[in-house]
Amino acid sequence: MAALIKLFYLLAAVLFILGLKRLSSPATARSGNAIASIGMLIAIVATLIFQDILSWPMIIAGVIVGSLIGAIFARTVTMTAMPQMVALLNGFGGGASAVVAGAEFVRFLNTGSDLPLSVNITIQLSVLIGAVTFSGSLIAFGKLQELVSGRAITYPLQKTLNTILLIGMIALVVWLVIQPENPTWFGVLVGLALLLGVLSVVPIGGADMPVVISLLNSYSGIAAAMTGFVINNEGLIISGALVGASGLILTNIMCKGMNRSLANVLFGAFGSVVQDTAALPGAPVGDRPVRQVTHEDAATMLAYARHVVVAPGYGMAVAQAQHEVRTLTELLEKRGVDVKYAIHPVAGRMPGHMNVLLAEANVPYDELYDMDQINPEFERTDVVLVIGANDVVNPAARHDTASPIYGMPILDVDKAQNVIVLKRSMRPGFAGISNELFYDERTHMLFGDAKDSVKKLVAAVKEAA
Amino acid sequence: MTEVLVTLFVIFVLAMFVGFEVITKVPPTLHTPLMSGSNAISGITIIGALIVAGRGETTIGAVLGLIAVIFAMINCVGGFMVTDRMLRMFKKHPGKRK
Repeated sequence: MAALIKLFYLLAAVLFILGLKRLSSPATARSGNAIASIGMLIAIVATLIFQDILSWPMIIAGVIVGSLIGAIFARTVTMTAMPQMVALLNGFGGGASAVVAGAEFVRFLNTGSDLPLSVNITIQLSVLIGAVTFSGSLIAFGKLQELVSGRAITYPLQKTLNTILLIGMIALVVWLVIQPENPTWFGVLVGLALLLGVLSVVPIGGADMPVVISLLNSYSGIAAAMTGFVINNEGLIISGALVGASGLILTNIMCKGMNRSLANVLFGAFGSVVQDTAALPGAPVGDRPVRQVTHEDAATMLAYARHVVVAPGYGMAVAQAQHEVRTLTELLEKRGVDVKYAIHPVAGRMPGHMNVLLAEANVPYDELYDMDQINPEFERTDVVLVIGANDVVNPAARHDTASPIYGMPILDVDKAQNVIVLKRSMRPGFAGISNELFYDERTHMLFGDAKDSVKKLVAAVKEAA
Repeated sequence: MTEVLVTLFVIFVLAMFVGFEVITKVPPTLHTPLMSGSNAISGITIIGALIVAGRGETTIGAVLGLIAVIFAMINCVGGFMVTDRMLRMFKKHPGKRK
């Protein structure tokens, strides 16, 4: 029996890997997700059949309640709210791992049987990582959902306090490994881990959330793998490791997209203060002219262009303008204009978020181009339409060493013949820095609500013969 | 026991490498579904939750088990379903382009 169930877990792990492999193309991705979910079903059914399940009512109740909540979340969440959804799911995964490890600890205490050193260590680690993931994810959820302030919250001696907390926890783990028969200290450890999760996410600003979600994603995988060590289960270890690796890769991509080191994101408290734009080195003087453009003129530029690139930012999603944008580009395509979308790695609130938002608006995925693919094309582009993007199109990142975003990879929209920027006002973006693109002589500003502006553009393009 | 632990550790490290190989091939356009999908996979901890909940030895064990099962099921079901919802939206251009 023990051997048989291991084979089922192996099968599940293989299906997970095959499923992830199919995510390498949008055409096969959906079947990949289905394959992975079959793997999960196999693992669950095998567990129910072959493990000695004594207490069925609890399990059935838990499975039904959990499935219902999960299904409701999945069906009702809006695509703009996907980052907080993922944060929340991460939290539940991490929390489950911590609780399983905790239950194992309690069982060893109750039965009075010897807790082997190796199991003991993995229990502590599993509880630790799981609890940090749980509380950290809940805070990330709260920030993204704007239940708590999205700004970086800082206070004196923050790093010192966190360091002390971490050292204290390590000491406590060592103590519990030597002296396991101590439920009080175990409870203290859980409490401290939860506190650490909160304190380590609180100082991180809203703009850095993509990195944090990716990292918490990785943690939730590692937590599952640790739980696998606790209950001696290869299925958990393989699957947890896969997710851990995935989260680490995404974390790395996000950090590169913002030109920040992971340490800088976690401890830098970027965006904690709204910088006074005028006082910044290289900031434009207040009376520098910006060129405004009317909807009619902008529509004419677009309608008679050959190559148009749309550079969307999160502002587009906030204004819910993606469907109007799609209407506009469809209209242009009918006129024979070549339209592409330029997606910056951190255009949305999580890796690949903008792509999902555009896919929801029926933009075909073969029109979406990554930064590296699209940047060489800007020189041949007649018009770039920047919608709700700011820092990711700021040329200062390339040359202004004094700029806080210096070195961040950007979309080189300023190399195009014309740039039309749709913007509500001249307010600076997330990083709180003004954008020299807006003062460029090839830039035309179209002020107003993005959705409203694009609607007017659609009407004006229709009029253009 | 140490021997078992080492074997498990070997599996863990190798699986990390498999993960890196597979995930680096996922294009940026699918990174959000990748995240929610891999998130659902980390719900594999449901196995541990079921085992703990199924023992029915002590009250505290049962309560912890129940919480773990609920959490892990939210993670699995929510993750896979929302990933499917997103992936359903990804469509190729119907026209003749490329």
